[in-house]
Amino acid sequence: MSGFWIVLTGALVASCCAILGCFLILRRMALIGDAISHAVLPGIAIAFLMSGTRDSIFMLLGAAAFGFIAVFLIEMFRSGGVQSDASIGVVFTALFAVGVVLISLNARNIDLDLDCVLFGEIAYVQWSTLEIGGADLGPKAVWLLGFTLVVILLVISLFYKQFKLTSFDPALAAALGIPVALFHYVLMGLVSMASVSSFESVGAILVVGLLIIPPAAAYLLTDRLGLMLVISVAVGIVSSIAGYGAAVALDASIAGCMVCAAGVLFAAAFLLSPKHGLLALRRARSRAAA
Amino acid sequence: MWEMLNDPNLRWILMGSILLGFSNGIVGTFSYLRKESLLGDVLAHAALPGICIAFMLSGVKSVGLFLVGAAAAALAAAAITNLISRYSRIKPDAAMGIVLSVFFGIGIVLLTRIQHGSYGNQSGLDKFLFGQAASMTMGDVYVLGGTALGMSLICGLLFKEFKMVSFDPAFGRGLGFKVTALEYALLTLVTVVVVTGIQAVGVVLVAALLITPSVAARYWTDRLAAMTVLAGAFGAASGAAGAWISSGVNQLPTGPISVLAATGLFLLSVLFGPKRGILSKLLLRRQAKRDWISKQLAKAGAGAPATQAGTANPAGERGASL
Repeated sequence: MSGFWIVLTGALVASCCAILGCFLILRRMALIGDAISHAVLPGIAIAFLMSGTRDSIFMLLGAAAFGFIAVFLIEMFRSGGVQSDASIGVVFTALFAVGVVLISLNARNIDLDLDCVLFGEIAYVQWSTLEIGGADLGPKAVWLLGFTLVVILLVISLFYKQFKLTSFDPALAAALGIPVALFHYVLMGLVSMASVSSFESVGAILVVGLLIIPPAAAYLLTDRLGLMLVISVAVGIVSSIAGYGAAVALDASIAGCMVCAAGVLFAAAFLLSPKHGLLALRRARSRAAA
Repeated sequence: MWEMLNDPNLRWILMGSILLGFSNGIVGTFSYLRKESLLGDVLAHAALPGICIAFMLSGVKSVGLFLVGAAAAALAAAAITNLISRYSRIKPDAAMGIVLSVFFGIGIVLLTRIQHGSYGNQSGLDKFLFGQAASMTMGDVYVLGGTALGMSLICGLLFKEFKMVSFDPAFGRGLGFKVTALEYALLTLVTVVVVTGIQAVGVVLVAALLITPSVAARYWTDRLAAMTVLAGAFGAASGAAGAWISSGVNQLPTGPISVLAATGLFLLSVLFGPKRGILSKLLLRRQAKRDWISKQLAKAGAGAPATQAGTANPAGERGASL
């Protein structure tokens, strides 16, 4: 049973991240995802210190707030003349450092372990269960991630056309009257939400792996956004199952193994993709030469 | 806290951190100007599996070996990032994200393998995540200090060449310089600097010591030489602050403190930097507004009725805030 819950949690994390990651990749904002997944740490720590519980609603709010702060600061420094990559680097390292200091200073008072925050403790998800009226409804993390996934699916499917257009051609979208900046912040908000719901299971640093790797693999396999989303989610789920298997076999970190499995799938797509893979390109080149 | 300077061991640690911060700041200047700031982050995360493999193969905790392993892994990461963005339609930023997280994932897997395995004296390997300057021994400080000194010397000797590669590589190629070789030299320097910095700041945050001091220094000057030295000084100050404070307070890793010190310097620069700083921009705007108003008043006094100057004022404000 424990294996089932772990794989289900992993699959939910992977699905949340894989959907949002597609839009990040298309907007060339992969590293903003990286930045947000680091920057939510102080939000989590502060929410934890203030509420004293691991109650997920507070953490979601705290993390979402810091996700916004990070995006806002990055944008502010960029418009102030700092190069965008440096602006990302300065902001997320500073916020992450604040989070680490808060957690290590209060390490004795809170059971928020730094290792857990960084690499996740997906192996423990089954022990923190949601109980309503004495009935055991399964791990809390699964409910939280399920809720996040529903929100993501709802927002993306309601505004699919708008998200698609703002990702591919923001200038046209703006000309058609779509509030591009609003959708930018909605996407960032969703990424913050996904980062914080996932951090308990895969950790702050590895969220970025699931945000970027499955969509990148999907990007190599198809030219259609709808299909890319489906493939991306599939890659994410397969890597969470394979990663769990590998982790059990190797007796190693489950989250780490999931990211490695995603990496292997990406390598396969990079080499073997029928249209954009390395081998296909090579074959096309030699055919053209002949 | 001053008694720390009397303790020879801590004095060494402080020296080592200052040298590391200095060389990080200097090299970071060039990567900032080449718009490769986040490459340092990728290289640093990617160094983790290298450190783990070096430990698994040798079974000893030797800084020299760790540096070799970390450097090898970081260079491999740089090569793979290049490969992905060159031979597929994945953009460079996504390629960096992929390599960063996969290498870090491998590092975590190896770290947990080491923790669960029979590798004996493994405690302290996780110090490489956030750095623990206090765990440096005198031998380590010699190695790190020597490396830092070497880096600074190389940057000094190749200053003109690096300047050219940072601003206009095409021009350099036209002059017959071996630009590709210089770019690889710079990449190697970034790798070495990041890898040595790991001891003090840790894998996760060492990139900040590369990025933040140089961004801060950019606020103070337009000259590369001054910016390089200033970034080095900012880096040294942050390294020193990190080592000092974290050795005084229990349970506090060095990395985050150094990063926060660097961020503090950055914020001061954003506020008070001449020309680019917020304060000087405000002063400039106010001066411009005053000039404009007095010019309008003078004009109004010369010809048109004085009320026009009053109505022109809000427009002037809008113009100034743009």
